[in-house]
Amino acid sequence: MLQERIADLSKCVEPDRVRREVYTDPEIFELEMQRIHEQVWIYCGHESQVPKPGDYYTVQIGRQPMLMVRGAEGRISVLYNRCPHRGNMMCGDRHGNTGEFFRCSYHAWTFQHDGRLRSIPMMESGYAGTRYGRDNPDCSMKRAARVESYRGFVFASLAQGGPALAEFLGASRVAFDDMCDRAPAGEVEIVPNCFRVIQHSNWKIFLENQLDALHPSVVHQSTGRAAHEVEKQIEKRTGKAPLSYHMLSAFATVTIDKWDNFQTLNYPYGHCILTGYMGLRPKDPDTVAYEKTLIKAYGKQRTEEILAVNIHHVLIYPGLSVQSPLQQLRAVRPLGVDRTLTEIWHFRLKGAPEPIYRRSLAYYNLVNSPATLINADDLENFWKCHQGLASDGGDWVSFGRHHGHDLEKDGTVETAPNCGTSEAPMRNQMKAWAQYMRA
Amino acid sequence: MKQQHEVEQFLYRQADLLDSKRWQDWIDLFAPDGVYWMPADPSHKHWDGVPSIFAEDRNLMDVRMKRVLHPDAWSQRPMWGTNHVVSNVVIQKASPKGEIEVRSRFHMMELRRDDVRHFAGSYTHHLKKTRDGFRIKLQRVDMTNAQAAYDYVLQVWV
Repeated sequence: MLQERIADLSKCVEPDRVRREVYTDPEIFELEMQRIHEQVWIYCGHESQVPKPGDYYTVQIGRQPMLMVRGAEGRISVLYNRCPHRGNMMCGDRHGNTGEFFRCSYHAWTFQHDGRLRSIPMMESGYAGTRYGRDNPDCSMKRAARVESYRGFVFASLAQGGPALAEFLGASRVAFDDMCDRAPAGEVEIVPNCFRVIQHSNWKIFLENQLDALHPSVVHQSTGRAAHEVEKQIEKRTGKAPLSYHMLSAFATVTIDKWDNFQTLNYPYGHCILTGYMGLRPKDPDTVAYEKTLIKAYGKQRTEEILAVNIHHVLIYPGLSVQSPLQQLRAVRPLGVDRTLTEIWHFRLKGAPEPIYRRSLAYYNLVNSPATLINADDLENFWKCHQGLASDGGDWVSFGRHHGHDLEKDGTVETAPNCGTSEAPMRNQMKAWAQYMRA
Repeated sequence: MKQQHEVEQFLYRQADLLDSKRWQDWIDLFAPDGVYWMPADPSHKHWDGVPSIFAEDRNLMDVRMKRVLHPDAWSQRPMWGTNHVVSNVVIQKASPKGEIEVRSRFHMMELRRDDVRHFAGSYTHHLKKTRDGFRIKLQRVDMTNAQAAYDYVLQVWV
């Protein structure tokens, strides 16, 4: 039993270090699913993923297989993917359209899009005088306790209690505001393609890497150098290389001391932001034309405000990593203590010219596809990390970089100037983890 | 018959260069404007403007090659290798000007550390006959696995 082995989980987390079992113990993993993923707001998908009534996507919340579905009246529900009769999975496909109602493939019970029981074959003759029927809520598909969306991004929580979505997101809302505000129409639309990649490591290792500003110039040196070389060759031949080469070469040309110029902002509930803009506001004709559409929609002053938002990554703990200026997001679905699925999506800025979409697409293909030039080396490190932590070679994972230099103000921890490579985001995530696990 | 033989030999050589990790020789099979494309969605007709697993011109192929050869490409450190089998070669179209469209099937086994993965699917090659033999205008790789989650990633071309 976990309790006998580790009497007090809070002793696993110190301000600047964490016990290795937190990453490798299957019982701690089960407890995390119960106390974190199946309690807090988890990202399900974007409203534009299910445009028509009956459209659904399956989504895993903690250990629970869920469905996000659009109803006839337009409302989105999140339901357990399970028939209340004999427990049969309702939708066997990853996504699709269920028609006017759900129909179980086993005994043909049918349900409305919001999960309410619609019919049971021969209900009168079969169930007269029993406790089963439309009045019994146990005969309907079970719904997620809470569903809310923010600017088109749908979240669900499997627990009744806890903060409302907007309060939970807090300052990390900027991920969605930044993405949507960059669209002249004020909203984004999903590109219906999900890249899915499984990593053989604990889910927290992935999250900790997202705002680790020290790793890119170490881990992605090979791709950065290669892209930089080819970028120079193209410039020599044609005068100008596509922006996508710059996105890749930046991994080598932005040196560690430059990463230190960036800043991390750390918020309650474990959310964090890494500031730092990837040179996406060049003066080329495409960008100039795009900025004109923004000015037309928002006016000059507001456009300047929108384009001045300076974000590299937003991490919404415990399961979402958003790169708003490039309209990408990665949803993290823990599959087991040492297996993690990432679901990677990108978006179109509604009303923006096509070349701006192409920028997002180039990044999506080169960095986030299953043939990624970047994440291949990350995943290798994550696997190696997990292997090392599973050994008896040491008991602690250290998050000591720039520890003691964090500046706290109104619940937000800012890293001190020129400490962009601080391990403050990891300390912040583990602080939230310890609070959730104490429950 | 002769053309069928020539095309088959070319496809086998293409796969053999990948398995032998002769990256530059493999890239040189492509025409200057040649493209290697692995669609994310089998219904896609053209590589431009849609999400793709690979969509690479020779410049991007060059980046990928230089990356895997870089001493700090950490994920290249463990021993790994592949073995392709190419079959079912059917010429779909052949023009008098030497432009050929050919379909085939492949099966690739990959070993990385102690783990084996299998990938299979179809190739569609748009070839152009030149003085130096065939050159690839387009290599479309429709991988059956493309729709499933990837256990780890693909580092080089299939």
